[in-house]
Amino acid sequence: MGILAAVNSVYWHEFFFMLFAGISVVFAVCVLVTQNIVRMAFYLVLSLGSTAGLFFLAGAEFVGAMQLMIYVGGTLVLLIFGVMLTAQQRYVKMNTHPTDWVLATIVGGSLLVMLIGAAVGVDSWKDSTASKRALESLDADDARTATPLGLALTGVRVDKLDSDPALAKGQSGYLLPFIIVSVHLLVVLIGAAYMARTKRSATAPVGRAERARLNIMQMEHETDDVVYLASKQSSSSLLGSSQKQAEESTDEAEE
Amino acid sequence: MFGFEITPVIAAITVSHYLIVGAILFVIGAVCMATKRNALGILMGIELVLNGANINFIAFGSRYLRDENLGLDGQLISLFVIVLAAAEAAVALAIALNFYNNHNTIDIDRADELKG
Repeated sequence: MGILAAVNSVYWHEFFFMLFAGISVVFAVCVLVTQNIVRMAFYLVLSLGSTAGLFFLAGAEFVGAMQLMIYVGGTLVLLIFGVMLTAQQRYVKMNTHPTDWVLATIVGGSLLVMLIGAAVGVDSWKDSTASKRALESLDADDARTATPLGLALTGVRVDKLDSDPALAKGQSGYLLPFIIVSVHLLVVLIGAAYMARTKRSATAPVGRAERARLNIMQMEHETDDVVYLASKQSSSSLLGSSQKQAEESTDEAEE
Repeated sequence: MFGFEITPVIAAITVSHYLIVGAILFVIGAVCMATKRNALGILMGIELVLNGANINFIAFGSRYLRDENLGLDGQLISLFVIVLAAAEAAVALAIALNFYNNHNTIDIDRADELKG
């Protein structure tokens, strides 16, 4: 009974919200502040992972799962691969000029003040009655959004079945955006794979095996030239000039 | 000061709390895009910005926080934002790799050959 009372006395919703929001914000600040690109990638993983936790708290369980799968498990892994492929020599530091920091802080700070002022300025957004009601009578079925989301993507809005008939025309499914995004992903896949293919660039460093092969090819070319020149000189010295002219004409005919 | 009262932190969570978190992530992402010299750091700023917007959409679409909510619309738009952000990160990474292969540096301050 003591444990139950202790568990009941904690404001769990607020605790988890503060936990996820705190981790998200703190690691986003770490992404901003750190100079090491690999640490930046890992702090971003943590920040986006706790954003998924915020999604779960708000009842968007499918979107939270997709955030973890697509963002954390896909996009950020891709970014880490990019960090690996563009790695320069160790501990290279690219520092930003302090003027840029001051300007960015001024602009970002004013934007933040305006956004937070708007966030706390609207009365209907500060209303906590729905939140308190949800705490009293929470129904787990409400958070099962995967099937309604899937049906909405095919064009059927099962969450708006009993809505006002006058508004029903505007509550459409999401089939067209779904198809557009599918084609968009296909195009992006082909384009990115083509753009990022391995190319032989003029400034690519050549290894020892390559250099040896290039040297051998160069020597073969040189010996071919030497043999050709030697054959021409020998033919001109041994034979007469007329025969040389006949040879040259046959050479041109062969060519 | 702005015409609102400082609500205690332990009060019930409202949409405003989510919006503040979204705003902070958005601004941090924007400053990250503005100040990082590594091209991949700029990509990470873009991811933070899109996540801030997603938190806003989810908060407005949550039926636990508001009675007149967006419902599934907020979550669907959020899904599309996630997918489009992944696609855009792939293309931007391909561009960054090409830049690195041609200039042997990932510093975008070196990308100044297109002038005027």
